[in-house]
Amino acid sequence: MPKLTIDGIELEVAPGTSVLQACEQLGIEVPRFCYHEKLSVPANCRMCLVEMEKAPKPIASCAMPCGEGMVIKTDTETVHKARKGVMEFLLINHPLDCPICDQGGECDLQDQAVGYGFDRGRYGEEKRAVKDKNLGPLIKTIMTRCIHCTRCIRFSDEIAGVSVMGATGRGEHMEIGTYVEAAVSSEMSGNLVDVCPVGALTSKPYAFTARPWELRKTESVDVLDAVGSNIRIDTRGGEVLRILPRLNEAVNEEWISDKTRYAHDGLKRQRLDRPYIRENGKLRAASWEEALALAATKLKGSAPEKIAAIAGDLADAESLLALKDLLGGMGVASLESRQDGSAIDATSRAGYIFNSTIAGIEQADHVFLIGTNPRWEGALVNARIRKRYLQGGLTVTVLGPRVDLTFPIEHLGNDATLLNAIADGSHPYAETLKAAKKPLLILGSGALARPDGAAVWAAARAVAEACGLVREDWNGFNVLHRAASRVGALDLGFLPAKGGRDLAGILDGARKGEVEVVYLLGADEIEAQHFGRAFVIYQGHHGDRGAHRADLILPGAAYTEKNATYVNTEGRAQHTRQATFPVGEAREDWKIIRALSGALGKPLPYDTLQQLRKRLADANPAFAQIDRVTPAAWGAFGTAGAVAAAPFTLPVENFYMTDAISRASATMAECTEAFVSPAVAERTGTHG
Amino acid sequence: MLRDEDRIYTNLYGFEDFRLDAARKRGDWDGTKDILARGRDTIIEQMKESGMRGRGGAGFSTGLKWSFMPKKVDGPVYLVINADEGEPGTCKDREILRHDPHKLIEGCLIAGFAIGATACYIYIRGEFYHEASNVQVAIDEAYASGLIGKNACGSGYDYDVYLHKGAGAYICGEETALIESIEGKKGQPRNKPPFPANAGLYSRPTTVNNVESIAGVPTILRRGPAWFAGLGRPKNAGTKLFCISGHVNKPCNVEEEMGIPLKELIERHAGGVRGGWDNLLAIIPGGSSVPVMPKSVCDTVLMDFDSLREVGSGLGTAAVIVMDKSTDIVKAIARLSKFYMHESCGQCTPCREGTGWLARVMDRMVRGQARLDEIDMLYDVTKQIEGRTICALGDAAAWPVQGLIRHFRPEMEARIAAYRQSIAAE
Repeated sequence: MPKLTIDGIELEVAPGTSVLQACEQLGIEVPRFCYHEKLSVPANCRMCLVEMEKAPKPIASCAMPCGEGMVIKTDTETVHKARKGVMEFLLINHPLDCPICDQGGECDLQDQAVGYGFDRGRYGEEKRAVKDKNLGPLIKTIMTRCIHCTRCIRFSDEIAGVSVMGATGRGEHMEIGTYVEAAVSSEMSGNLVDVCPVGALTSKPYAFTARPWELRKTESVDVLDAVGSNIRIDTRGGEVLRILPRLNEAVNEEWISDKTRYAHDGLKRQRLDRPYIRENGKLRAASWEEALALAATKLKGSAPEKIAAIAGDLADAESLLALKDLLGGMGVASLESRQDGSAIDATSRAGYIFNSTIAGIEQADHVFLIGTNPRWEGALVNARIRKRYLQGGLTVTVLGPRVDLTFPIEHLGNDATLLNAIADGSHPYAETLKAAKKPLLILGSGALARPDGAAVWAAARAVAEACGLVREDWNGFNVLHRAASRVGALDLGFLPAKGGRDLAGILDGARKGEVEVVYLLGADEIEAQHFGRAFVIYQGHHGDRGAHRADLILPGAAYTEKNATYVNTEGRAQHTRQATFPVGEAREDWKIIRALSGALGKPLPYDTLQQLRKRLADANPAFAQIDRVTPAAWGAFGTAGAVAAAPFTLPVENFYMTDAISRASATMAECTEAFVSPAVAERTGTHG
Repeated sequence: MLRDEDRIYTNLYGFEDFRLDAARKRGDWDGTKDILARGRDTIIEQMKESGMRGRGGAGFSTGLKWSFMPKKVDGPVYLVINADEGEPGTCKDREILRHDPHKLIEGCLIAGFAIGATACYIYIRGEFYHEASNVQVAIDEAYASGLIGKNACGSGYDYDVYLHKGAGAYICGEETALIESIEGKKGQPRNKPPFPANAGLYSRPTTVNNVESIAGVPTILRRGPAWFAGLGRPKNAGTKLFCISGHVNKPCNVEEEMGIPLKELIERHAGGVRGGWDNLLAIIPGGSSVPVMPKSVCDTVLMDFDSLREVGSGLGTAAVIVMDKSTDIVKAIARLSKFYMHESCGQCTPCREGTGWLARVMDRMVRGQARLDEIDMLYDVTKQIEGRTICALGDAAAWPVQGLIRHFRPEMEARIAAYRQSIAAE
């Protein structure tokens, strides 16, 4: 533990702490551009220079490790002169276009110039101009503004794991770019905009939209995958203008995926803004009274065993519980939340959550991926595995389709029966798992949606138990979900009750006419023809597949428009917060169900969100532990049996379009065009 | 004046063959095994005693540098030879590589042994095509004769020597940029700490030495440290290759004792300044990156590290650039500023932005198209670059301009006044 003195204050710091970090511990602000907590330290901006006793010249505090007996001064004439000098150099070739720069108001250079800039320029020569680069549909470049801090290069190399950014040229002619004008093909590319300290890399969809001081900022949670990334929703008026990451070391650190960041323009299209009733094959607008009355009539008019409900991937816990309470109270047993046909159920909580936690990945020394592409199913989970890989000493083995995960893998092939072989020890890989100190298994949600999903689930449990993945101090069994609603629905038991039908049963019943009313709570992943002649009530916010088939539409709220609870793949309950109001006559989802219960004459026993949340916590204590993960007790789950020989298939074909919101997003369509379609064309040989 | 028998580089001018047989006749590879048998510590101690200071420009004690290498390490340790001679005015290593490569290879073996290296990389400037070819011939010969490779010189020590060609960037002569370049990355200097002795090439302990420092090692150890220390002046011992160019009658490379008076060096070896000593305007004594000295200083100064530092310049690589009174000194320094602007790697702010600023203002200064107060501003800008950068290129770009302003300010002012007049006259 080195002891040093900074500005006359003595302090002791952990070994390896840099002088800059030590200064921060004391609350001394050191200006910086290139330094970023999550990236390597190049010390190239020279803004963080401080004086060190006995050193002939000022030192870069970000790159200097604290040493015993160091004496640092951060507030001297020399230091100020050095910083002012660096600031002047940075500004001589930086354009004075702050009034039209999208970074204006949240620009590090602008902020630091207030502290260290001159009131006039001494540079009378010609300024440098740099040609802009085309980095694809998400990132806009104005390269003349670049101050060459190389954060973007380091981010793409280190965090995103795609070596596309780089510097070409020397001296003044050094340019940041992709060399061959390639788009930045990474599911994490939007973070480049955040790491850029100036306006060189800005958000293309957000260009010239708003000034940061006009925006209302709401802290919320993303629901477009099951990671539950923490986000900040920036709105102006009733419009979501952008989504930014919010720091949460346990979940997403300070990154979010491109879908999380850019799919929000889908919130403005294809919205259901009023109730609709289908008459003579055509939907017509209706009033809430009319719509609720029709729903009540239909629900009353059918026997409970002829009614079914399917919850979608974006459904919040409040509406799930309210719907379960309502229909369950009527004796409806056919409740289903697994619209992908997954075999997962609620027998053991440890069997359906990501037990190791996302942050826990950093403790693992071996990762076993089964039938999943974490890059597309949970981009931040993949980023965390990559982070662990960069720390050294991590090996990754994949069973399933081979994909580029940005780190090296050992590929076991794609024979699902290997799971049984590993579990009984007849496959040599079992030894690798057993030898690992903290092995971690990640079971993809797609692997459980196979016809033999229950056997796959049990086989994965057998592997975990046989190879020592589940111990007193460590649970390495993890399921990586894709649907934000899934863990919450399982926690609430939104599943077929005794005698109820599961997804296949519901669809089969609907086709045969045995199921007369289907209540879709934002379920959009099922093709319309499967519902046969059943009366379909669709409650949701987008005119997607579900609404197209619906006979009655009850317009709900999207995740940015409601205070709701979602449980991420780790089993971490988190709250979204209302940033805007639902469009038109749409309402928060639980309130719709509460109103319907009134129309049915069986009012639910809660009138406020607080009452409903209390009911949630009573239903499952996990909902009382907001933002926290409680370890789940290990138990039996799945159905033992032989896994079929069919290879695993990946459930996500297009990362950019996985739900009703992202399917309605123009930005995501552009990304699909730029990144996914070319790859598909290449694979099928139809390109060029 | 250096006696002939005290010369290290007996084939400096290439009068003899560079290959192994001829090199052996000149005394190379003689008793190398015995030198190695002295052991690592003794070799380092003797190098310290010899007073050899690094010949690449910084003048750091070679023996001391070697002693910084960790004594016990598992895994590879590297010796890297900096043969990326790019400092304007300097052409000493070139002659060694061309005409006496075996001195270097033998030095590589001894130095590598002393620091516990497992392999040596010679990073040679890309433009040195002929030199690289000769060094490769020498390496091949040494391998074939068992002088390096497995059981080098029969000493039981395994040692490989590789030649790596640069791609022609001045900055790759900076030791950490050179390491980056060998690793296949963009040649940009690294931050220190960590120093190469702890984490250098491929993050392994590494020593980077100049060609001339290493090529002198075998002779020093053969003749004994006392011999080398006895030449030159205290703390500035030994012999040194001087590269004399510019306005002299006979530009040349010459090996001389350290501490020889500059005037004597030029008059004796380079045939004197063109038009006589009194026609001298200024001299840059150590390659383009050290400050220029006016004639008044040149009259008496001695050519070694400490004497030149005392007069506000430096020995650098001992590349003596002589300028007589026909020289447009402002233009000469402006050309150097342009050079540094071109060669800045662009990594850190003061150098990337500052070198361009300097070059542009200097360009106007040549024509006198400036204000008088811009001379002070120019000096201030050099001070904003100096000591604020990752490597020494920032300093190297600042010093020539500082030297100019220090010694030739009246010339700059006169030029500005003349320009003003010419504008007024129009």
